[in-house]
Amino acid sequence: MSDPGNAPVAAPVGTDEKITFSKVAKRFGPKVVLQDLDLNVKVGERVTLIGPSGSGKTTILRLLMGLEQVTSGTIRVDGEYFSHMERRGKLVPASEKHLRLARRRIGMVFQQYNLFPNMTVLRNITEAPVRVLGKSRADAEARARELLAMVGLEDCEGHRPHQLSGGMQQRVAIARALAMQPEVLLLDEVTAALDPELIGGVLNVLREIAATTDITMLIVTHEMRFAQDISDRVLMFDGGQVVEEAAPGKLFSDPDHERTRQFLSAVLEKT
Amino acid sequence: MTGWDWGVASAAFPLMLKGLAVTAEATVLGSCLAFVLGLILTLLRLSRVPVLAQVTWAFVEFVRDTPLLVQLYFVFFSFPVTLGIKMSPLMTGVVTLGVHYAAYTSDTYRAGIQAIPRGQWEAARALSLPRHRVWLSVVLPQAIRRSVPSLGNYLISMFKDTPILLTVGVLEMVGQAEQAGAANYSYVEPFTIAGFLFLVLSYPSSILVRRLERYVGPR
Repeated sequence: MSDPGNAPVAAPVGTDEKITFSKVAKRFGPKVVLQDLDLNVKVGERVTLIGPSGSGKTTILRLLMGLEQVTSGTIRVDGEYFSHMERRGKLVPASEKHLRLARRRIGMVFQQYNLFPNMTVLRNITEAPVRVLGKSRADAEARARELLAMVGLEDCEGHRPHQLSGGMQQRVAIARALAMQPEVLLLDEVTAALDPELIGGVLNVLREIAATTDITMLIVTHEMRFAQDISDRVLMFDGGQVVEEAAPGKLFSDPDHERTRQFLSAVLEKT
Repeated sequence: MTGWDWGVASAAFPLMLKGLAVTAEATVLGSCLAFVLGLILTLLRLSRVPVLAQVTWAFVEFVRDTPLLVQLYFVFFSFPVTLGIKMSPLMTGVVTLGVHYAAYTSDTYRAGIQAIPRGQWEAARALSLPRHRVWLSVVLPQAIRRSVPSLGNYLISMFKDTPILLTVGVLEMVGQAEQAGAANYSYVEPFTIAGFLFLVLSYPSSILVRRLERYVGPR
């Protein structure tokens, strides 16, 4: 469980800092997944996390979505505590209620899409705007149709998720996340479960979003070309720590660390 | 006792149809109660209120581990005395069947809820849906859909358990058969008809349930 005693009351963060991890550690039982992680993401920045499986990349996204709790350290979003909350001058682990409010700024797209099978495509997208943001159904549906057009699925609003291909489901999931107007979008290996010929369509939708919005993005992917196109910064992870970080042009062509070089050649070999 | 008498059979048949209406009434009301109460029991068992969850669990175990007939007698004879609740024999039967089967349907719902992939919960949380919304919009619709075939099987079981109500004086189908038998000094015809009617209604129902299983199975 999160120990507020270990949470340093960190210095105020700069105004252009969107996400701030301070000395974040995450353990599952004896297994150390993240250790002493400091990570800053600026407003509007696109940061890609690469590295071998089990290196803690996905855990970072899950912590930021409030699906896991930090073991120690703090996470702030817009300078406000996300993993914790202040109560009588002390930092205590965030309650579910605090998280629910804090999460509204953050959207996530999952590897397995996780669409709701009992709802139509349109309802998948409108459910949260109506129930959480209090939008009228008509407004939410109008917005959902815009988003569906953007991801190229304007004809599918009445379909059920299981009637769509994996690539189409993932594009619906992207539209669903965007319908909540997130300031931060977390993409967790969004093409890893897709057949190769469906990957391109999903990545193009994401490139489009990156080009036309100023949403801050945190991306975990094994698609290196996509990472290179979309990122401002790439972080190479191994064993729960950042091995190397650099602009994509530098990291992919001329990495400083041997571990990064090994990983990249192994990944590029595959494709 | 020398074989089949069509005269007795045709005399018994209209009475038994009348009894069948009572059987149907008990089954429909009892299963409505079982389906609703079972869901409530499940939610109480999964609730994070510690004592409530354990008491509900104990109640479900108690109901599952005691015979239906004992429960029926208990409600029929002791409720009027201890709780001051007096019900007609039919209502006594409906309540007993409903509560008895609720203990079983509650397990069905629970399995249905536990079968929902973790990703569904996580997606709902990632969208900031409030807790009650997660249950109402995401979890229960999927869990109940998965539960339908199993609930159908319990409905059929309950239908076949209704003759037990004759022990507290409900004139359902088998009760009518007994009376018809006594009136004509011949039990073979009415009980054969009763068995036949149970079969004719149960068998197509179980085929229907199997169809539902296939329909509900893959999402």
